Order: sequence, then C-alpha cells, then structure tokens
Amino acid sequence: MAAIVRTPHPRERRMVFKNVDREGWTIDIDCYLKDGGYEELKKALKMQPQEIVSEVKASGVRGRGGAGFPTGAKWGFIRPGETKPIYLICNADEAEPGTFKDRYIIHQDPHQLLEGMIISCYAVNARLAYIYIRGEFPVGAKILERAIQEAKEHGFIGKNILGTGFDLEIYVHRGAGAYICGEETGLIESIEGKRPYPRIKPPYFPAALGLYMSPTIVNNVETLCDVKHIVKMGGAEFAKIGRPNNTGTRILCVSGDVQKPGYYELEVGGVTMGELIYDICGGLRPGRKLKAVIPGGSSAKVLRADERYKIKTKQPDGSTTEEEIGIDDIRMDFDSLAAVGSMAGSGGVIVMDDTRDMVWALNNINQFYGHESCGQCTPCREGSLWMQKITTRLLDGGGADGDPDTLKTVADNIAGRTICAFGEACAWPTQSFVAKFRDEFQAYASKNGNATSKPQDKHQG
Amino acid sequence: MSDPVPLLNVQIDGVWHQFPKGTRVIEACAQAGKFVPRYCYHPKLSSPGNCRMCLIEMGMPRMGPDRKPELGPDGKPVINWMPRPQISCAQDVAEGMGVRTDSPLVQDCRHGVMEFLLINHPLDCPICDQAGECELQEFSVQYGTGGSRFREEKVKKPKHVHLGPRVTLDDERCILCSRCIRFMKEVAHDDVLGFASRGSHSYLTAHPGRVLDSNYSLNTVDICPVGALTSSDFRFKMRVWFLKETKSICTSCATGCNTLIGSRQNVLYRQTPRENDDVNSAWMCDYGRLNFHFVNSTDRLIEPQIRQLSNPETTSWTAAVSRAAEDLKRFQPTEIAVIASGRMTNEELWFAKKLVDSVKTPNYDIVSRTGPADDLLLNSIRNPNTKGAQLLGLCSDQPGAKLQQIADGVSQGHIKAVVALQEDLTAAGFKAADLERLGALIVMDILPNETTKRATALLPSASFAEKRGSMINVKGRLQRLNRAIQSPGNAREDWEILRDLIQQLTGANGVYLIEDVFKQMAENVPQFQGLSLSKIGDLGVQLEGAVSAAPVTVSA
Repeated sequence: MAAIVRTPHPRERRMVFKNVDREGWTIDIDCYLKDGGYEELKKALKMQPQEIVSEVKASGVRGRGGAGFPTGAKWGFIRPGETKPIYLICNADEAEPGTFKDRYIIHQDPHQLLEGMIISCYAVNARLAYIYIRGEFPVGAKILERAIQEAKEHGFIGKNILGTGFDLEIYVHRGAGAYICGEETGLIESIEGKRPYPRIKPPYFPAALGLYMSPTIVNNVETLCDVKHIVKMGGAEFAKIGRPNNTGTRILCVSGDVQKPGYYELEVGGVTMGELIYDICGGLRPGRKLKAVIPGGSSAKVLRADERYKIKTKQPDGSTTEEEIGIDDIRMDFDSLAAVGSMAGSGGVIVMDDTRDMVWALNNINQFYGHESCGQCTPCREGSLWMQKITTRLLDGGGADGDPDTLKTVADNIAGRTICAFGEACAWPTQSFVAKFRDEFQAYASKNGNATSKPQDKHQG
Repeated sequence: MSDPVPLLNVQIDGVWHQFPKGTRVIEACAQAGKFVPRYCYHPKLSSPGNCRMCLIEMGMPRMGPDRKPELGPDGKPVINWMPRPQISCAQDVAEGMGVRTDSPLVQDCRHGVMEFLLINHPLDCPICDQAGECELQEFSVQYGTGGSRFREEKVKKPKHVHLGPRVTLDDERCILCSRCIRFMKEVAHDDVLGFASRGSHSYLTAHPGRVLDSNYSLNTVDICPVGALTSSDFRFKMRVWFLKETKSICTSCATGCNTLIGSRQNVLYRQTPRENDDVNSAWMCDYGRLNFHFVNSTDRLIEPQIRQLSNPETTSWTAAVSRAAEDLKRFQPTEIAVIASGRMTNEELWFAKKLVDSVKTPNYDIVSRTGPADDLLLNSIRNPNTKGAQLLGLCSDQPGAKLQQIADGVSQGHIKAVVALQEDLTAAGFKAADLERLGALIVMDILPNETTKRATALLPSASFAEKRGSMINVKGRLQRLNRAIQSPGNAREDWEILRDLIQQLTGANGVYLIEDVFKQMAENVPQFQGLSLSKIGDLGVQLEGAVSAAPVTVSA
C-alpha cells in the first residue's frame, strides 16, 4: 500500500508511529528488515522470559486501549509454573469513536505489531496468539495475514523460532462488526465462536479463566508495539519518556473543530490540552471559541472549556500542592485527565467549538451506544436506548420538563451496575453532558411541542 | 467420608451468621431471612449475572498492617465496603464477608433495574398467563416504584411465536434472563435456544431450522420468570390464582417425579414439577407432564355396571360388588386369574394381593409397560409402581412373566374367571374373543376399552389425581400421591372397591381409612416398618433393601 508521505509535527516523538506516512516505507518485510526490523526479537529471544516481564514492569507502560492498566502487572497475573496453555490476544478491535491509531499501525507497519507480539508471547510463555481485528478493517486483516506469512517464511513465527526452540502461531480473527468485541472478555467469547457477551468478573478474569478457560493476556495494538521499544531501550530508559506513572509515548487522535485534526505521537503528558489544540492542531477555525473537549474517546466525560479544575500534585518530599487550572493547562496524561474527572481513555480527543449543540452531540454519542449495547445485562441494554430516545425526542422538539433529570438518573442507574465497562462508557457522556451543559438540555426540555415522536400516555411504560 | 465443610462467618445486614463454605451469597442471604430478588439466577443452572436484580453491597474485612482483620468494638472484623454494588448470585461466601441487602444503594439499584425491565415490557398482565405467578409483578410490588417515567415508543418484537410444539413465546414480555437457554443447554443437552439481534432489540429464538421440541421443553416455561414462555397446552385455560395446587407425583414412569397438580372445581389444568433433589431436581418431562388429560375425559366410567347376557346395565355399588364376589365363588382357585397393575398404589396392591390370597389362585401378575428411556428423567419402565408390586408380592422380579401363560390358560379354557385391575387385557396379550367366553370378567378401570366392554362386573375407579396412596419409584423411594380432585360420578377409590370385594368374598372386617391400610402394611411388610402415610412426607422416604426390577416387555 502506497502511503501518503506526511511530515510529523516537530513536537511529536515518533516511536510507534515511526514508519507511519514515512517516505519510501512499504509494508513488505524486506523494508522492515532493512530498517532494523526483528532485531529486538532476536535480542528478546536471548533473554529469559521473566527478564522481559521485568523490563516491561520497569517501563511503567500502561495499556493504550482505554483502561490504562499497567501492562507489566497484567502479565504478572500469569502464575509461574502454569500448566494450562497460555494465550495472548492482540486487541485490534479499535472501535471507540474518536480513535484511529491502531489501524495505521496495522495498515502501514504490520511487522512492528508482529514483532511486539512475538516478544510478548515469548515473555508470557504463550504458544498461540490471536489478532482480533474488527470486521470493519478488511484490508487490515489481509495485510496482517500477509505479514504473518512473510514472518513465517523468515522463521519469526512457527516452530523453533530462530533456532531457540520457541514455537508460536499467530492467527488473525476477524470480528463481525460489534463494538462490544473490544471488551476483552466479550472478545474472548467471540473467538470461542459465541455471542460476545462480556463475562462476569469475578470469576472470569482473563489472566486466570480466559480463552478456553485458560490464562489469557489481552493487549492493545499500540501497547504490544511499545513492548518492542521497551526491549530495544530497556524498561528504565522507556520510563524516562513522559512523566512518572505516565511513561512512554501515546498516539493522540484529534478530531472535531480544529484546523489540523489527525494523529500525533507525543510523550505522555508531554503537552497540555492547550498546546495540543492550539500549537499542534493549528487551533480552532477563525472566529470560533472552544466549547468542550472529550479527551479520551467518546465514552470519556466531557470537559467544559470554562471549567476550573483543582489539581493536587504530589511533591518529591511527599507533600501535596494544589493548584487551580483551566482546560488549556490540563496535561495530556493518564493521571491528570483522571484528576479532572475524565480519562485519557483510548487517546481520542474530540474538540467542539461554540457552534456545537451539546444536545445534538450527546444524541450522536447516545445513538452509537444505543446501537452497540450487546443487550446482555439489563441496565445497559434498556438504559442506553432509553437515553438515546430521550435525546432524540429533545432534538425533535418533544421535550418534557423532567427530561434532564430523567437523563441523569437513567445514566446513574447504569454506571457501576453492569457486567462490563460499557455501562460506564454509555453513562458517562450523558452524566457529564447533562451536568455541564444543563442549560442547553433544559432549553430543549422546556420547548414542548412540535414533537415528531409522539410521547405516549404517561401511564404506559 | 469427606471432611466436614468448614463454616464461614458472614455479616448480613449487621448480623453475623455462619454458612458452609461453598454457599452462594444469594442463598446465604435467603437462609438468613434476607431474600434477594433475582431473575436470571436459578439454583440449578449456571449464573450469568445478567439481570442485575440481585445487586447488593459487599465488603471484606479491613486488613491491618499485620495482615490480620482489624476488629471493631464488638470484637468482630471491620468491613471495608466496596464502592460498587455486586451481584450476589455468582459469588460464594467468604470468611468475614459483609453483605447489605437493604441499604439505600441496594434499594436504588433495584428501583433502577425494575424500571429498566418494565420500560419495554408490554404490561399486558390482564391477558398474560403468567399473571399471578410472575416475578415481574411480584418484584414490582415489592421493590419497584409505582409510576413510570418512560415517554417513548416501546421496542416491538415478535409475538405468539411457536418455538416448538408445546411452547409459545412472546418476545416482548421476555426480560432476556437466559434461563431457558441455559436450561436447554445445561440440563436438556439440546442447545436449541439463543438470542438474536442486540441491545434492547435482542430477542429469544430457536436456532435457524430448529424447533424447541425436546421432551423437556416445558421446563423452560416453568423457569421463565415472566410470561414470555407459555405452555401451549395451558395458556388461556385458567387464571393461575384460581388453581388449587396439590403435591403429588407423576405416574407416567418409574422415576416418580414430584409434581404439583393444578386443579379448579374438579378439573385438572396442569402438572408442574416440584423440586426434589433425590428424584427429579426441579424438572419433569413433557410426556409425563401432559399425560393427564384423560382424567378430564367425558368418557370416564362413572357408574358400576353388571352384564346380563350381552346387555350391560347400570347398578348400585352393592349389587356390582356382590355380583363380582358371587361370580368368583363359582370357580376353583386355578380357574381364576388376577391381573393387577404397576400403576396401582401400594395400598391398592395390598388389597389386590389379599384378593389373590382369598381366592387362593396361583394365576396372578402385573402388566409390564416399557418404552424408550433417556439419560435424564424418563425411565424405560413406564409403570410408576413396579417396585411396589414386587414388594407386595403381585409379581416376581420379572413383572409380566406369567402373563402369557395366563392368557394361554384363558384361550385354552382352563382359566374361566379373570379380575383385571386398571389394565386393558387386550393390550396385554389377551384376545378379545377369549375374554367374551370367560365365565366372569371383573374389571376395575377409569376409561372404556376392549376389556371394560366385556366385563361382567365393571367397577369404575379413580384416576391418579383423585386418590391418596403411596408408590415406590425405580430407585426404591416411597412417595405419596394426594387427592387433587373428586372422582366423577359414582366412581370410587380403587382400594375401597377391592376392600368391599374381599369383604364379600371372605366376610372379614375391612378398614375404613387409608391411613389404616398403610398401618396394616407397615405391620406386615418389613420395608414399611415404622412408617405411616404422614411420615412419608412431601419428599418421600428411601426404603432399605427394596427389590430390584428387570422389566419384561409385553408384546401386545
């Protein structure tokens, strides 16, 4: 695939995205090998698996899929001396609205992902791995299949890899088009050939009772690529990138009302929200004012442009200092975004300027979640569609006075009460939009009349 | 013997209790008198945790620096409560666990789940068969809120779907708890049901090209907590709150599944399984469950009859029994045969054996009845009380072994009088023409057949639902039948008819209470020693040293 050549922004630190949009770069293994590809695999195979796990722990790398869970700790859940087969799954079901990073790795640098996966499998002693790729990425699936074939021909995958005695098979498993398959236990069910109903935890933690009830590690595409770089530079060196507890680089996917939307690989916490929007993404369109930002994929709680946040920072001497900041000063890292009540999530930054109707925006998000709820557990199944119906009715002019409160309480009745994190994913937008832009919702609610969807008798339902 | 199960200390709503290790939290709460509402949870099935109705607050002991639980002023562990509610159906109790089943958070969770379950529910209770035994209704009253805030259009789904020959589905009523899916997969081993589509549009369906036609399909109706799955046989027949429920057992095979008979005004409407872990868990087969309509038949025999020449005439019980006794007295013992039934209760068999003894005939047996078995509940022996017949001496280890010899005796004219108890002899190797030639044919039965047509004395008796008594199942468990309805017309209970016949034959005094019949048996049958009808209880008693049975197939 001939990639379009784009020069990275000077503030970027291209590591995982080094070869994305790179001049002269192709997805062939020869191109990858010429650039030093699979050298880290050779290095890793000379290490003890436990050493690699230690390096990953030392690197402090946190999962790039959305939850930000420390990867080394996740790997550490595999019991030493495990007798069941261990599986590793690459979660390439990138489906969170506002997120578009994994697809570029797959489309333009598949061997980087494979190298990261092979190293990771060696580290956790997995002999069988899957790449679960979403159904909407048919080209990506073909590219990966071809890359696996090439890697096999070069002895990087298969029996007795590079003469070390380590065996590994990697299979590409295509999803059929459901967001819930990105939830790791739903993904596992899907690979098992079942409906992707997420499993209850406890007891079905993947590291203990995962694929085929065996220990399973599920990592995001970007995370697995990071492993290659951790092996290359060592965990300690990797940990120096970014900020403490927020190490390495992240690919931020900026969309919405900025002049230069796109993907930017930055040191975690290396920039603030303001620098991201105004310096890197070229700012807003002329005459527009920033209204809101969803900082980590559509499920992350929205941040209002004029909010003030109190941030507590731990000092080296153990004391904490508190400072009040605005949205522009929020550091784009896991802990800072959590501290302002949202999350770094999947790295999808959605910027909205003052032309945006927040009820319309929420309805757009609600349509997604109402459509994607798997329907397994009651609150999410019924609540996600209900919230969508309310916001749609508001937009259609059929608002009722209590609607903002109903929206809030419906969302409250979902979050924290479901089998999987989809409950939060669908509730947080409604909770935060209604709380932060209540006036807009109340205005629609007070319009009354001109409803296209006819409200039914209140005694029904 | 294995080690005793250790007891764990668990705090439920502030009170400490002890439960054996392995107890589900939801069960522990119920045992402590704190019932936790649930839809998807069923103790006999896996726990998917999908309905979220059983959310509770849960906590574990707070650990001190010495990694031992911190103790409060009461000397009990201080509990670290989890911020999020937890489902109680999928976790076992743990030492020091704390549970709150009625806190404001828990109440709020239940309000929320009830509201969600009802927003797309059709609320068609007035025409729903489940009304009156519907957990949506019950938990709405107990844990829901009165009103609704839902102003939107409800989701439309398939209605009156024929899932199979015996089960009808209304997907709009379904709350997607998946009990039926899990039952078919985990218990019936016929993974035929599943959900299609997703989100709020999800609906239950049979797999393409398949139907729900398992012999256990109606159990899905029982465990459906709402009115989504209804029995095609029972639906729209009777409001359930009018049904009188009588504890009994199924008499369609030797398993003896425990049942509830639902009746109203002397009409049987349904049979449902009654839980007994020593017999049928919580299930029964469709064949046994639906094998009751004959009880309501308008063809039932309701008047005693005697036959003069070829004309049957209705008569009084006294006249009919006298005629039967006089007929029997005309024959030598070897000229008489008594064919009893493995469908008879022990009490009836006890009198049948007395009849055999009083006429001193060596010609007696029961009719064996077999069919294909499955590996769940349906037994190949289709008589419910073969064990009782063996124990009480009506047949040998090979039930029915003597039948052919007796039938030949009738054909050849050695046997001139036959007593047929609850059996159609023409279906058991006897020729109708031979029966015509008998000097006496005394028949006790409930429905007309080729044998009753030829009876010289016809004694109409009671169906399984019309009498009390006991039976012994294939595993040697003594269980009770109970009377759900009165017999139609002048039909009488079998044991009373037999008692009167024996009285006429021997002049001996009879007994007048079925309790006393059992008492007589208990005094004479070692296996019944110390037992009484009431001591059998609702769940039965395992007998020591009950006889083993190898059935003989009758080629009818």
